[in-house]
Amino acid sequence: MLKFAFPAFAAVMLLLPALPVPDFWITQSIYIGLYAIVSLGLVLLTGVAGLTSFGQAAFVGVGAYTAAFLAVKLGISPWLTLLVGVTLAVAAALLLGALTLRMSGHYLPLATIAWGLALNYTMANMEWLGKYDGILGIPALSIFGVDLGTGRGLHPLVWAVALLAALGALRLLDSRPGRAIRALKNGSTMAEAMGISTFRYKLTVFVFAAFLAAVSGWLFAHFQRSVSPSPFGINKGIEYLFMAVLGGVGHVWGAFLGSAVVRLVEDKLQVLLPQLIGTSGNFETIVFGIVLVVVLKYAPDGLWTFVQRWLPAKQRVRDWEGAAPLPTAAKPTRGEVLLDVDRVRKTFGGLVAVNDVSFQVRAGDIVGLIGPNGAGKSTTFNLITGVLSLTAGTVNFRGQPVTGLPSRQIARRGMSRTFQHVKMIPEMTVLENVALGGYLRSRAGSVKAMLRLDRAEERQLCAEAERQLERIGMAGQMHELAGNLALGPQRLMEIARALCTDPALLLLDEPAAGLRHKEKQALAEVLRQLKGEGLSILLVEHDMDFVMGLTDRIVVMEFGTKLMEGTPAEVQASPAVRAAYLGTEH
Amino acid sequence: MDATIAGILAIDGLTNGAIYALLALATVLVFAVTRVIFIPQGEFVAFGALTLALLQAGKVPGTVWFLLVLAAAVTLGDLWQGWRARQPLPRLLAGAARTLAWPMAVSLLAIWAAPRGLPLLAQAALTVALVTPFGPLIYRLAYESLADASVLVLLIISVGVHFALVGLGLYFFGAEGFRNPSFWDERFSVGGVTLSGQALIIFLASVALIVGLWLFFEKSLAGKALRATAVNRLGARLMGISSSSAGRLSFTMAAFIGALSGLLIGPTTTVFYDSGFLIGLKGFVAAVFAGLASYPLALVGALGVGLLESFGSFWASAYKEVIVFSTILPVLLWRSLRDPHREEH
Repeated sequence: MLKFAFPAFAAVMLLLPALPVPDFWITQSIYIGLYAIVSLGLVLLTGVAGLTSFGQAAFVGVGAYTAAFLAVKLGISPWLTLLVGVTLAVAAALLLGALTLRMSGHYLPLATIAWGLALNYTMANMEWLGKYDGILGIPALSIFGVDLGTGRGLHPLVWAVALLAALGALRLLDSRPGRAIRALKNGSTMAEAMGISTFRYKLTVFVFAAFLAAVSGWLFAHFQRSVSPSPFGINKGIEYLFMAVLGGVGHVWGAFLGSAVVRLVEDKLQVLLPQLIGTSGNFETIVFGIVLVVVLKYAPDGLWTFVQRWLPAKQRVRDWEGAAPLPTAAKPTRGEVLLDVDRVRKTFGGLVAVNDVSFQVRAGDIVGLIGPNGAGKSTTFNLITGVLSLTAGTVNFRGQPVTGLPSRQIARRGMSRTFQHVKMIPEMTVLENVALGGYLRSRAGSVKAMLRLDRAEERQLCAEAERQLERIGMAGQMHELAGNLALGPQRLMEIARALCTDPALLLLDEPAAGLRHKEKQALAEVLRQLKGEGLSILLVEHDMDFVMGLTDRIVVMEFGTKLMEGTPAEVQASPAVRAAYLGTEH
Repeated sequence: MDATIAGILAIDGLTNGAIYALLALATVLVFAVTRVIFIPQGEFVAFGALTLALLQAGKVPGTVWFLLVLAAAVTLGDLWQGWRARQPLPRLLAGAARTLAWPMAVSLLAIWAAPRGLPLLAQAALTVALVTPFGPLIYRLAYESLADASVLVLLIISVGVHFALVGLGLYFFGAEGFRNPSFWDERFSVGGVTLSGQALIIFLASVALIVGLWLFFEKSLAGKALRATAVNRLGARLMGISSSSAGRLSFTMAAFIGALSGLLIGPTTTVFYDSGFLIGLKGFVAAVFAGLASYPLALVGALGVGLLESFGSFWASAYKEVIVFSTILPVLLWRSLRDPHREEH
């Protein structure tokens, strides 16, 4: 039934002008469509990627003013002005994004406030943009000589754009780049460790949002037939964000719901409130402000969740039977030095967390890294995988230096890891989380995903993710939301995700923590089997039975320094290790 | 441009810059302690200036009713929560009394004092007493229950609060703009440049406040508690520092600084109900310059913003706002080069 919902909705909206609907509602519907295009960008930016912008109205203004100026003053065809407007908006977004997106998340919204204000004052003061009066007499659009006008004719175009944007966004979110975008909100460490350039995807989403805003502005200019600075001010920018938050900032359809509610309520409030209060003024901002705070407090997912509750839950159709396997990398030969850690050192201020630690991992070995709490094991892991920067020392992987490389570059060379504190995307399914691991083995980009040209590869990715889940015995839970799993299965899922990257070396940070005895045995069995396939493993673990029974060699650390290295038997016999764990008698 | 004009512009810029500095300090303070990017900081400025203007005109300022509405909303919210948590009645009433006492008292005082034409300084003190409680009340209404939300959510809340406050400002103060009389009409001539008494007061008040803040953070236990919360909220909580009272305190200080800035800026420019936003945002540019973290850098940034604004308005008066807000781009570039990305936790 859900399959027909989108075509039915699209048909209604596109054919609305042909129905006996009063002109008033056609106009409202055009506004809703225009607003929805902009808020859709904010849904992706705020709800999905965890960034935000208060300057979307300024991007709308860029689209609108470009259309107005070029059409009225220079007589250029509207289709060309669309191209120019979008290009300008995208260029501005690239600049703002490049400046702010490498820093903490709150710099982008601050920069967009400044950008929105600066642009608005520019529009309002430029002689050739008509100052506060703006530009009048913009021609209406025409397609194949048919004048679309500003009402019933324009409505299908506006809604076709809005619906295409929604479709594109939905398709994007359910794809390889989409999963990368959905990973942005939960910090960059995990995504980077899977080889994803988080900066690039943040920029992609921001540019896409600016693109949508500029298209909406272009339509707006031809709808109003005039432009002036006020609809593109900072208040409007905030209102767009309000629409997205009210509708449901994590849902594509929330943008539409939010735009409709805001447009219709605003219309009523603008009449009602001044009557109630007795003087004229923008009193609706009081209601909007308070509603915004209340929504974030009591219904942070917005109004769409109340609609969604009535919709049947959608489960991914298992359509990847027989998909070709993803490409695999050449594996190192057994016994060669895979990882060479040479006197790595990390200091935090005066504290030496890792003190000139050296060890090697040979291909086909399972090496354990043990030591009491605070010995620097996880820090060593982070140094090897590029999550933390080294103070001194070198790391060679497969004969090449990886010292100082960012973690996504190291991942590209065939090193994959799990985390001591599970890092996953709770609102994605187990299968999707594991498919993130296949990021580096696939290629489809955002445009391909929106055009659905990525499906063959998507099937390969799902097949690979399912195969890895089967391997660790979790295939039955692949459609569950990762956030609903218990800790043990979450850890196993991380291992499956790491395996999905087709690694030469697997780094496991306390893989057995939180697992029950039987689960531990099963995990040990999987790891042995992986070793049999030529995979090398470096693991930090506290469960001694688990470590002793599994590893070929063990490195013991204490207070940031390497205490000893040897076979499990040697380590067990060592008085120094015993002293480190249990203390000495005085 | 000759030296005299440059001198005038410089003094003008530094005077405004001193006020932006206060706002930037308040912004940094609130962000450090509560992680709230407090967009409505400027609203306190407008409310302060307008309250004094209305008191000068012998009217009861809208601030009084505004304050009572906020206090009533907070009290009702508390009562509702307390009732749902089945707290005993005496405790509920005591809590309500604590919330209402100051706003009621200061409101009654204002109603009594308004028609009596008290001296300017007394009216200024009354203004500060009226506007300062807005801080903790707004914190409790909008932020307290969301104290652990992400910076992004808190920022969006801030925007909602800004919307609501501006609209309510219009309702309670009206659309009319006011310009306050100077606190000190004396003029001094220093090397060919005239320095007004008001500018001198602005400098002195700003310096006094900055020194006061420094003493507060360095010497007092409450200040140290705020610093501890800023460094590590959880750690501070484990040491017995309530993060919600730290939040209330920081908002109180922000509102106090805002009200004071409003008094200072009132005689130099006409203030409307919505003027605060732009003034506050200029403090913001300075705070961003300081990475929302360093007080001395915020001061430097604010003076820079003030100078840029005054010289900008000389060369291209229509574009002074464009110039000021565009400088955030090079500032951000400098910041992103200075401290590359850090993972947020």
